[in-house]
Amino acid sequence: MSEVLLKAEAVAKHFGGVKALQEVSLTIRRGEIYGLIGPNGAGKTTFFNCMTGLYVPDGGGFVFDGAPLIADAPHQAAERGIARTFQNIRLFGNMTALENVMVGRHVRTKAGVLGAMFQNAATKAEEVAIRQRASDLLHYVRIEERADDLAKNLSYGDQRRLEIARALATEPKLLCLDEPAAGMNATETAELRELIEGIRRDGTTILLIEHDVKLVMGLCDRVAVLDYGALVIEDVPAVVQKDQRVIEAYLGA
Amino acid sequence: MSKWLNPRSAFGIALIAVALLGLPFVAAMGGQAWVRILDFAILYVFLALGLNIVVGFAGLLDLGYIAFYAVGAYTWALLASPHFGLHLPIWVILPIGAGLACFAGVLLGSPTLKLRGDYLAIVTLGFGEIVRIFMNNLNAPVNITNGPQGITLIDPVAFGDFRFSGTSQLFGLSVSGPIKYYYLLVALAILVIVINLRLQHSRIGRAWQAIREDEIAAKAVGINTRNIKLLAFAMGASFGGIAGGVFAAMQGFVSPESFSLMESIMILAMVVLGGMGHIPGVILGAVLLSILPEVLRYGVGPAQMALFGKMLVDPESLRMLVFGLALVLVMRFKPAGLWPSPERKRELQEAGQ
Ligand SMILES: Nc1ncnc2c1ncn2[C@@H]1O[C@H](COP(=O)(O)OP(=O)(O)OP(=O)(O)O)[C@@H](O)[C@H]1O
Ligand SMILES: [Mg+2]
Repeated sequence: MSEVLLKAEAVAKHFGGVKALQEVSLTIRRGEIYGLIGPNGAGKTTFFNCMTGLYVPDGGGFVFDGAPLIADAPHQAAERGIARTFQNIRLFGNMTALENVMVGRHVRTKAGVLGAMFQNAATKAEEVAIRQRASDLLHYVRIEERADDLAKNLSYGDQRRLEIARALATEPKLLCLDEPAAGMNATETAELRELIEGIRRDGTTILLIEHDVKLVMGLCDRVAVLDYGALVIEDVPAVVQKDQRVIEAYLGA
Repeated sequence: MSKWLNPRSAFGIALIAVALLGLPFVAAMGGQAWVRILDFAILYVFLALGLNIVVGFAGLLDLGYIAFYAVGAYTWALLASPHFGLHLPIWVILPIGAGLACFAGVLLGSPTLKLRGDYLAIVTLGFGEIVRIFMNNLNAPVNITNGPQGITLIDPVAFGDFRFSGTSQLFGLSVSGPIKYYYLLVALAILVIVINLRLQHSRIGRAWQAIREDEIAAKAVGINTRNIKLLAFAMGASFGGIAGGVFAAMQGFVSPESFSLMESIMILAMVVLGGMGHIPGVILGAVLLSILPEVLRYGVGPAQMALFGKMLVDPESLRMLVFGLALVLVMRFKPAGLWPSPERKRELQEAGQ
């Protein structure tokens, strides 16, 4: 098993005249927490969207877990082991918290229409396992008492946690979090940090977009900085923090 | 499972079963026409529940649903009538009809399911009309569908020697054709209800709901949205095909006229008016919308005579007027449908605040 989990090679994406990503190359290693930072509009979310197949890059590509990722195939990215959360939370609002996580099991289960119609033993067993796993995950992110509430009625912090639980349900090798601490107070952020560290300890590699510099520098093993769609630096936090270009572009601002 | 053993629900189910068994005999007291109306009500329940998979579960607005019903009806008509001299048995025709309808569903669905909402509605509407026009014109150069004249003398449903048309003596009772069809249709409707219920609470059912809620998030968790939507389309179409077959057999006659846009809209109205995605609501919608126009047909004429002593408005126009008014009122005062699912009701209430 190679040490490299994800390699982005000269990924480019334009929107009309806006160069949202300019030949961004970076490498994420297995088991690390990798931070992706940069000012507003730097292209961080666009990078996520290209990687997870929601956008087709105009140039370059990704190698994940030893094989190229197919552009324009979001469901396959999930199948390969990339899960994500969204900057502006996207839950299935009118489904319960538990059902949201159960949907996350879709890609790792297989009951079809015939199974549903005939309710054979395999389908029933799978359904029980889906439910069990989903409720374990709600427990893992500590919102088990909200299991039967509609997702849209959860508090902001709980919605963020639910999105993480849903992503974990797909059994990802790489979990991508897009500004998970946005809008959280200090206590919630500290709890989130614990959760992220726990997920890494349990063996999942994490890619973290975050504006909270303290959180990123404290949590990440390595950090990449984007500015105007270009990669400024990729290194350990101690080096990134002292880099003059980074201070100008971002930290100094 | 334990809820079936609950004495109250067991009693409720027994009551419904007795009512369903006895109903056609009660209706028959008013004449066989009422039994036939009942038959159609249940056929519409079947159709509406088929469409519910597409519209209610997967959230795809399909305005051409009647096309699949037409495919099923014509399949039966061509394979069991003197038109081609074929008289195949039901267990051959019905699967072929369902299969062809399913194929038509996939054919329509695969290029169009990237479209959303209004656009999909327009394409499906066009498809429905295309199928009807095909049936209307496929009588030359080779006469396949017999054009606008339609196909007559279609075989009834039969299991071996037991035919569903005509009166037979069963258990010392004389049972008419429409009454026999009634029981067949009730059996089919129960089947489709069970399938709907099971699908709704399955892995696939959850995937449909997820797509309806947020398609991008659904993709991101690994749902192949295109295939899952196509599955809904194909399933709905298959049920339409089966209903069409039974319709052709029951009527003994099909013509393109039965498959107009109005019919598609009617079935959609049953699903929406009853309570989209909520199975009891859809059943209620189908029963009401199929029986109400008939009640009006028989009711408005005599009512006018009694009130005014003469016919002021042509009963047929008045019927549509009252019917339209009823639809508008329901949508105004119960926008989630007459019997919506608890969640959907909450959704709309919150949206209205
Ligand atoms: N779908 C789109 N169509 C057009 N322009 C887009 C689209 N998505 C992103 N952009 C543009 O690409 C640039 C990068 O946006 P992106 O959302 O990736 O930034 P970001 O780094 O995530 O910023 P933020 O910190 O505000 O979330 C911005 O200029 C944005 O306006
Ligand atoms: Mg962003």
